[in-house]
Amino acid sequence: MTTAVSRIDWIRLSPWLYTIGLFVLWEACVLVLGLPPFILPAPTTIVAAMVEFWPAIWKNGLQTLFTTLAGFAAAVVGGLALGLLVGWSRTVYAGLYPLMIGFNSIPKVAVVPILVLWFGIGTVPAIITAFLISFFPVVVNVATGLATIEPETEDVLKALGASKMDIMLKVGIPRALPYFFGSLKVAITLAFVGSVIAETVAANSGVGHMMLTAQSNFQVPLVFAGLVTLAVEGIVAYALMAWVEKRMTGWAHRSGFAQ
Amino acid sequence: MSVPITLSDVSHRYGGATGTLALDGCSLTVRPGEFAAVVGPSGCGKSTLMKLATGLQFPFKGTVTVAGERVTKPVTMAGMAFQNPTMLPWRTTLRNVLLPLEIVRPHRQRFRADRAIFEAKAEDLLSVVGLEGFGQKFPWQLSGGMQQRASLCRALIHEPELLMLDEPFGALDAFTREELWCVIRDLQEARKFTVVLVTHDLREAVFLADRIFVMSGRPGRIIAERTVSFPRPRDLSVTYTPEFMAVVQELRAHISEARAAA
Repeated sequence: MTTAVSRIDWIRLSPWLYTIGLFVLWEACVLVLGLPPFILPAPTTIVAAMVEFWPAIWKNGLQTLFTTLAGFAAAVVGGLALGLLVGWSRTVYAGLYPLMIGFNSIPKVAVVPILVLWFGIGTVPAIITAFLISFFPVVVNVATGLATIEPETEDVLKALGASKMDIMLKVGIPRALPYFFGSLKVAITLAFVGSVIAETVAANSGVGHMMLTAQSNFQVPLVFAGLVTLAVEGIVAYALMAWVEKRMTGWAHRSGFAQ
Repeated sequence: MSVPITLSDVSHRYGGATGTLALDGCSLTVRPGEFAAVVGPSGCGKSTLMKLATGLQFPFKGTVTVAGERVTKPVTMAGMAFQNPTMLPWRTTLRNVLLPLEIVRPHRQRFRADRAIFEAKAEDLLSVVGLEGFGQKFPWQLSGGMQQRASLCRALIHEPELLMLDEPFGALDAFTREELWCVIRDLQEARKFTVVLVTHDLREAVFLADRIFVMSGRPGRIIAERTVSFPRPRDLSVTYTPEFMAVVQELRAHISEARAAA
């Protein structure tokens, strides 16, 4: 019997146990404190709302997923290109860095009204907001990967007559890949933030819009159902990026430190 | 298949006109096919000397000539190895060794077509340094000594006329170090390339080199030159003879003077 018990893989099981534990605790708090659903709905109430409003949640969830992924894709392409450019030339780096910092410091929610002015209410501002908020970490990470090439490796290649392009292709880009794939995990979660911000400010669909409408109708369980939808989409997208990272850059994950 | 190197009255500064003077009026000549060693107290500009000789940096005064030509850009045929093996962790050991062939002309144009030939050549070289069968391992799966052997292979795969070694055995244990001395001794014996070895290990310098240059403390100058005339091929046992010890002592005295003066 003891051997059977010890075979339980607690590490694999623990994400599920912790999640279930959180919801049980939540449910218990609501029951014990007697909180009304318009303050904090219990998980069972949220599930009921999800079932009741499933068509709306499905439709808006897909819309948010679409805008997020579109913005994220643009951020990956744009961020990679700009990161390589910034890593390539010190002048470009020096010139663009303060601009990028400044741009990244602007709260994106303040940009949405301008985007609405240019593109109208709808999907486009959400995609652009997702792009704006998520491309910065990609740029910084790719540029960091390129900037931290060991000078000795560079010397070895230069003394063989390697051009800057050779060093970039043989060392710079492979070296920057773990940084790049690592940044995707950060970028995808930020992209969700961006698209939901835009949807709450100016949109006719999407989870953000749905939550705003539900809130004004006092349908608090539906607001929470929207949050759960976002959390689930975020976890799945993150897990996907983590898997891609592991697949593409196995050599960079050789330490047993975090295992 | 080897080239001479000349530094005449070379001075070099880091960090602009008011920066640290690393070398000051440094002159030396390495003959074709010669095994030269540069020794000196730490921080005396030994590595700077190497960077100047390979065109990775340029002196603010004096001239550097390699193969009769003044160095104005990185020389394109030098093999280099450092204390840190600097293997690329995403490439297998074999592909690390092949890297120079993807860069150096004319090999790079033929790399795809002749890949099988190049790989066989790399495998041969790996077995010469005692790494037979490790080509498919990643460098981080090898020990420090094995990585350093692979790094030597990478420095030699394109049959360079000039080999630059910057304390390549500095981080290794005594046994591995002596084993690799013999590896480099045999490779140089066979191929007769010019070697510049920068080291702080006097026994290493005396065992391997034909001629040893002693540098002063910073800013570095050549303060002594010693020809080592032990017959080749040298066996490790030569390092325990009184004659060998005498040369080491003599060099040690120069270094002590240089350190006292600095």
